[in-house]
Amino acid sequence: MNEASEQLIVFDNVSKFYGEILGVNRVNLTITPGITSLVGPNGSGKTTLMNLMTGLIRPTRGQISILDMTPDEPEKLFRVVGYSSQFDSFPRGLSGYEFVYSYLLLFGFDRAQADEFAWRAIDRAGLRDAAHRKVGGYSKGMRQRIRLAQAIAHNPRVLVLDEPLNGLDPLVRAETIALFRSFASDGCHVILSSHVLHEVDIISDQVILMSAGYVVAEGNIQSVRSEIEDQPMQILIRCQRPSELASRFFEQEHIVEVRLHHDRRGLLVKTSSPGRFYRSMNQLARSGVGIESVAPVDDDVNSVYEYLIGGEESTR
Amino acid sequence: MNKLWWTQIRAIIRLEIRKTFFAKRGLWIYLLALAPVALFTMHTIVALRMQHMGRSGGPGSEGIGQMNFVFAGVFQFFFLRLAIFFGCLGIFMNLFRGEMLDKSLHFYLLAPVRREVLLVGKYLAGLLAAIVIFSTSTALQIVMLLAPYDSPAISHFLYQSHGLEQIVAYLGVTVLACIGYGSVFLAAGLLFRNPIIPAACVLIWEAANPVLPSVLKKISVIYYLKSLCPVNIPLDPGMPPLIALLVSNAEPVAGYLAVLGLLVLAVVILAASMKRVRRLEINYTTE
Repeated sequence: MNEASEQLIVFDNVSKFYGEILGVNRVNLTITPGITSLVGPNGSGKTTLMNLMTGLIRPTRGQISILDMTPDEPEKLFRVVGYSSQFDSFPRGLSGYEFVYSYLLLFGFDRAQADEFAWRAIDRAGLRDAAHRKVGGYSKGMRQRIRLAQAIAHNPRVLVLDEPLNGLDPLVRAETIALFRSFASDGCHVILSSHVLHEVDIISDQVILMSAGYVVAEGNIQSVRSEIEDQPMQILIRCQRPSELASRFFEQEHIVEVRLHHDRRGLLVKTSSPGRFYRSMNQLARSGVGIESVAPVDDDVNSVYEYLIGGEESTR
Repeated sequence: MNKLWWTQIRAIIRLEIRKTFFAKRGLWIYLLALAPVALFTMHTIVALRMQHMGRSGGPGSEGIGQMNFVFAGVFQFFFLRLAIFFGCLGIFMNLFRGEMLDKSLHFYLLAPVRREVLLVGKYLAGLLAAIVIFSTSTALQIVMLLAPYDSPAISHFLYQSHGLEQIVAYLGVTVLACIGYGSVFLAAGLLFRNPIIPAACVLIWEAANPVLPSVLKKISVIYYLKSLCPVNIPLDPGMPPLIALLVSNAEPVAGYLAVLGLLVLAVVILAASMKRVRRLEINYTTE
């Protein structure tokens, strides 16, 4: 056991088949602490990956290690892992408080501790007022929040969240994202799946893009974008004399396309070589065309997703 | 005792008991358990009415000894083979299979609980519920059986005709039946999606027990239970052959061996279930 592996979640050549049907195939991943988002269309294998990570299903092939533990040891694993799954069913007849409290009793906490931890988690999920109502009568957003309360109640080091922002109103969404950030800033793993790509973009330290059971790309979104060489990078340049700048760009062979921005105060440039583009920009900046800003416009999750997985496939 | 596994078992029992006792879908189990109580209650009501009207020859005019045979027949033929059998099926098969169908089993599987501890906790919760329901039924049946008789007759039966020992034996058999059938149906709930198939198989296996070879007889719950029943039902020559076969016990074993055999059978089945539950996966879509 070494210190580094105690911090990592590792998938080593993991495959999962449901009979003939592929769940995930040959997944190799090393996930470091921070917020990691799983992105992909329906059936791409995001939930399968989360269920494998938490031992709810077993890999057909390969090994999984969560902070140096295997998912086959739930008695150890769930001391440090909290999972808010997408399963929208609860033990019958329980109130929100009883749901979290009963879960904590299973850890072996005494009643006073379980009560204290349950209320702390319920408060963090913003459900105190509804805590004594039956979960069966909760709205979708409230059920989502009580599952989140259950997942964080024992203060885990790894938080696995399947579509955690589904059904939440904007205010609660913002609070929930802040909660994830606070976990990540404490050195925890927050692994979530989301279909709201712009939120993934804002939240994530790294993304894992999945399609048809395969990991298509992983890592920091900008580095993933830079590896997509068959798609020229789009860059927006704000400047005072865009037409003059455009004529200079046409002389350079790595420039694939130049378009005048619709407000006529900038250029949208496509380049096959971002490195050469930025070097040439240093010279152009000194030539008096009045460059105000230079920013890539397609190094977000949305664009990367579209390039790698395809815009026609809708995410969840 | 404050070991972690025991604390966890107590937490599981706390959750399960509530579901088992108060679930609407378990109502039929109460009806099944109370059916013989209703039968003996009706007998008592008719007997007391006839006594009140000064008539003789009706229910209650037969001695306690004769009614004791009637009770033995109802206990062995209906209560053990049908009421406890199907009641345990309803209680124990639901412990895992019911939660798979409700899609709520992951609640337990996401907690730091060894799967074996979960199985034992659920089994004990089911056992507690089954024992309370069916032992209460056995006790009420006996109360209703004795109700038409006067105090001297009851005292004579209890203290001079081994009645008290028989009552203890019937309660013991009820508890052991819950232990045995409970383990069988808990295992079945882990192995089968449809309870009808294992129920039918076990029912046929138990019914065929008298004609099975000696070795196979021992892999059966009813074999041990029949050996422990305190009253042998006299085989009437006019009795239908199927019923005669069901109530007869050609090779009874000694009481202590019967208890030991049944407990060993239950432990073996639970040990096999533990191996299965260790490999259990959540895949609600296939349920």
